[in-house]
Amino acid sequence: MRPMDMTAVELGTAIREREITAPEALQAVFAEIDRKEERLHCYITLDREGAVRRAEAVQKKIDAGELTGPLAGVPLAVKDNLCTAGMLTTCASRILGNFVPSYTAEAVRRLEEGGMVLIGKTNMDEFAMGSTTETSAYGPTGNPWNAAHVPGGSSGGSAAAVAAGECFLALGSDTGGSVRQPASFCGVVGMKPTYGSISRYGLIAYGSSLDQIGPLCRDVRDCAAVLEQIVCHDTKDATSVKRNDTDFTAALAEGIAGMRIGIPRDYMTEGLCEEVREPVLAAAEVLREKGASVEPFDLGLVEYAVPAYYTIAAAEASSNLERFDGVKYGYRAGDCTGLHEMYRKTRSEGFGEEVKRRIMLGSFVLSSGYYDAYYLKALRVRTLIREAFDEAFASYDIILAPAAPTTAPMRGKSLQDPIRMYLGDIYTISANLAGLPGISVPCGRDGKGLPVGMQLIGDRFSEKKLLRAAYAYESARGAFGICEEVR
Amino acid sequence: MGKEYETVIGLEVHVELATKTKIFCGCSTAFGGAPNTHTCPVCTGMPGTLPVLNRRVLEYAVSVGLAVNCEITRVCQFDRKNYFYPDNPQNYQISQLYLPVCRNGFVEIETDGGGKKIGIHEIHMEEDAGKLLHDEWEDCTLVDYNRSGVPLIEIVSEPDMRNAQEVIAYLEKLRVMIQYLGASDCKLQEGSMRADVNLSVREAGTDTFGTRTEMKNLNSFKAITRAIAAERERQIDLLESGAEVMQETRRWDDAKGCSYAMRSKEDAQDYRYFPDPDLPPVRIDDAWLERLRAGLPEFQAEKAARYRAQYGIPDYDIAIITASRHMADLFEETVALGSEAKKVSNWLMGETMRLLKEQEKDPGDIAFSPAHLAKLIAMTDAGEINGAAAKETFAAVFEQDADPARYVEEHGLKIAGDPDALRRVLEEVIAANPQSVADYRGGKEKAVGFLVGQTMKAMKGKADPALVNRMLKEIL
Repeated sequence: MRPMDMTAVELGTAIREREITAPEALQAVFAEIDRKEERLHCYITLDREGAVRRAEAVQKKIDAGELTGPLAGVPLAVKDNLCTAGMLTTCASRILGNFVPSYTAEAVRRLEEGGMVLIGKTNMDEFAMGSTTETSAYGPTGNPWNAAHVPGGSSGGSAAAVAAGECFLALGSDTGGSVRQPASFCGVVGMKPTYGSISRYGLIAYGSSLDQIGPLCRDVRDCAAVLEQIVCHDTKDATSVKRNDTDFTAALAEGIAGMRIGIPRDYMTEGLCEEVREPVLAAAEVLREKGASVEPFDLGLVEYAVPAYYTIAAAEASSNLERFDGVKYGYRAGDCTGLHEMYRKTRSEGFGEEVKRRIMLGSFVLSSGYYDAYYLKALRVRTLIREAFDEAFASYDIILAPAAPTTAPMRGKSLQDPIRMYLGDIYTISANLAGLPGISVPCGRDGKGLPVGMQLIGDRFSEKKLLRAAYAYESARGAFGICEEVR
Repeated sequence: MGKEYETVIGLEVHVELATKTKIFCGCSTAFGGAPNTHTCPVCTGMPGTLPVLNRRVLEYAVSVGLAVNCEITRVCQFDRKNYFYPDNPQNYQISQLYLPVCRNGFVEIETDGGGKKIGIHEIHMEEDAGKLLHDEWEDCTLVDYNRSGVPLIEIVSEPDMRNAQEVIAYLEKLRVMIQYLGASDCKLQEGSMRADVNLSVREAGTDTFGTRTEMKNLNSFKAITRAIAAERERQIDLLESGAEVMQETRRWDDAKGCSYAMRSKEDAQDYRYFPDPDLPPVRIDDAWLERLRAGLPEFQAEKAARYRAQYGIPDYDIAIITASRHMADLFEETVALGSEAKKVSNWLMGETMRLLKEQEKDPGDIAFSPAHLAKLIAMTDAGEINGAAAKETFAAVFEQDADPARYVEEHGLKIAGDPDALRRVLEEVIAANPQSVADYRGGKEKAVGFLVGQTMKAMKGKADPALVNRMLKEIL
């Protein structure tokens, strides 16, 4: 088998069994990058030389028997909002165009400790604000299956890189669907675990109460393997939780006999594109054949999720992004007279349109006189949404839904109508508001050959159930494959 | 003219907590240090870093709350106060607005006007900011983040005080209490305790409040007293002239004895407070709270009552000794080693306080051990050293916690134990001063003083003056 046809776990096994070395695996990835990156632009930063050094160092440790983990020697790409010591970390923003952190995000650190080889930083929407990877200050990323279309966002670079074979595995972050939606658009597996499961230390915050790091993978087994390494309590993150149910790979084979799956009727309405609805319902049929019960139900409150989400996320973002002021690091505007002009020019020139829009929205909903009417009300809606899911999980183990209402749109179409773009998050944001885990698994293609993803949402800490169901489906579906040639 | 005015005062007191590390990271809180050496990615607001609450900060804040009779908020939370200024690396300060850790307490004060309860509105935890340093030479401003993230509590009183005396009594009460808890050293001069004075005036007899101002930069009790008098005058003058008091923040200039406006209500910022999503709500459970309550020290009032009963020393002494827990501990430990209470008290109130004042230190800085003070007292009691030698020895005890026995030995301060030696010296002195001897014999009692002095000089001070006096008279 060619290295590029292997999953991350298969590659890890091949490296452990001396069939291939870590530096060789790296060269195989570089070959794909050389063929496709110019068209796709998955990466903001590629560190080939550093990666070669790291791969050689890892191979030595593997040879010495010091690294025995399932992913040792496997190349890794991470979204450019995860801090990497000594490596440029831009958040796809001009304002962090020269920012090189002195510390590494905990999730990345854990993967490197397990022997994964960091090759670079993937493109994204600026500060993770967007659904298309078009708000990046460093240019858009193409969808590997059709480069005229977007890869989704905000973790579009990570999803496209995995789908194109430009890496085996990538980390993204998911604040409102930013891992699951690009996974759906690019035909890869993307998972957002329960809030608090993966340390946010070193993840440059967008909406702190919603942000969660998640992997983008070739299949469900890869997803389980990487989660086993990064789901871990971290004393550097006060919102991090302690879990002792992280043997995800072992759970995969348990099957789904008797599992109760609910499909929210409110999600399958006219807003949903027919080319998405059909494969999702077909996937439900497969799950039923595998022994699960599947039935529709009314979730409720769906129309309130988007406004509540954008209120809360923007509020938190307006505060989180205050630190980018030109004083300590990053971009600073020249020719300023006085502190306030320096602040104003730096931030006006450093941030893009979508980021400024959300900072203004967030500042507004927190301002005196509007706080109760907008921010507090959104928090109350959030509580109600959480309760609606609690109620659903009293009857169902898993909720099955589309990941997005459409397949990947054409480039250049979405940003003209931000409200419409925001509404595209409708199936994913509730999991963030309620802190729930969700996984997106490829389940078909539209007429243009663009992938469709189905989403499984579970109760807090029910990752094993999600992975079991996703694995059962994936096994029945067969390989989805990576994109050989960019169209 | 002729209207009577009442002053209404409420205080916002910031206290820097005595934790070894900062409130949200592991950096040292030590004072001084080269700029930006007590910093890390967290307290310099680097992207992607997260705050984690230092448990000791919560313990200190709740202990202070318990000491001032507050209700403890069982689920409290931190909020972000958003404002742009370079001393604040995140451009928001982590503080508490909506659910402060303590509420509704009071302290009891004593003034010439009698006893009074001063209400505590709330106590909240927050982080200190960094320091801006303007480099005149380079014409640029530099930031030092060593102070960024140093833990503070802010104690907000009700507007219950009516004059400077009450304000000082209240501050003194807080200071002593917090020092007793070990939660802070509460030094106004060094800024570990800072008081902002909210003051308004109103015609006596009315019960609505006047417009208040907030006075900052008050670095001593004296400055507070002067600022209160000046601000009261200023506001009364405004009202008398038909003008209005503006709600504003003012800065006190102690050198000039006046204040000037810093910012008015119109430029009040909208801080856009909201709960910090990086810090989950802090839940305080019964068991933890009870443990903390049980661990509270004996405070000044209880200690004073016990001293009265147990040691029988004067109230004046008790007040001075118990004003500092450290001094009180020293007192008790020295007495426990067998020294007489009044003698210990005399050393503490006399020489100790004198030396502290001379060196601009406070009782918290006392560094000598009770064993050495006890030994010094024992040596004096046994007549081994005289008063002057004891004083000199004490200075060494105070400065470097010297062992008094060794010090007396090394400096030859022991009273000469050999009566023959003394007698020989006396005879020499008598022989050398016939006039004085004649004067004494002629009835001039005073003349003996000169002879004693000469003897002490010859003995290099190593004799007991009373003994010299007695022996002289015998010989003559």
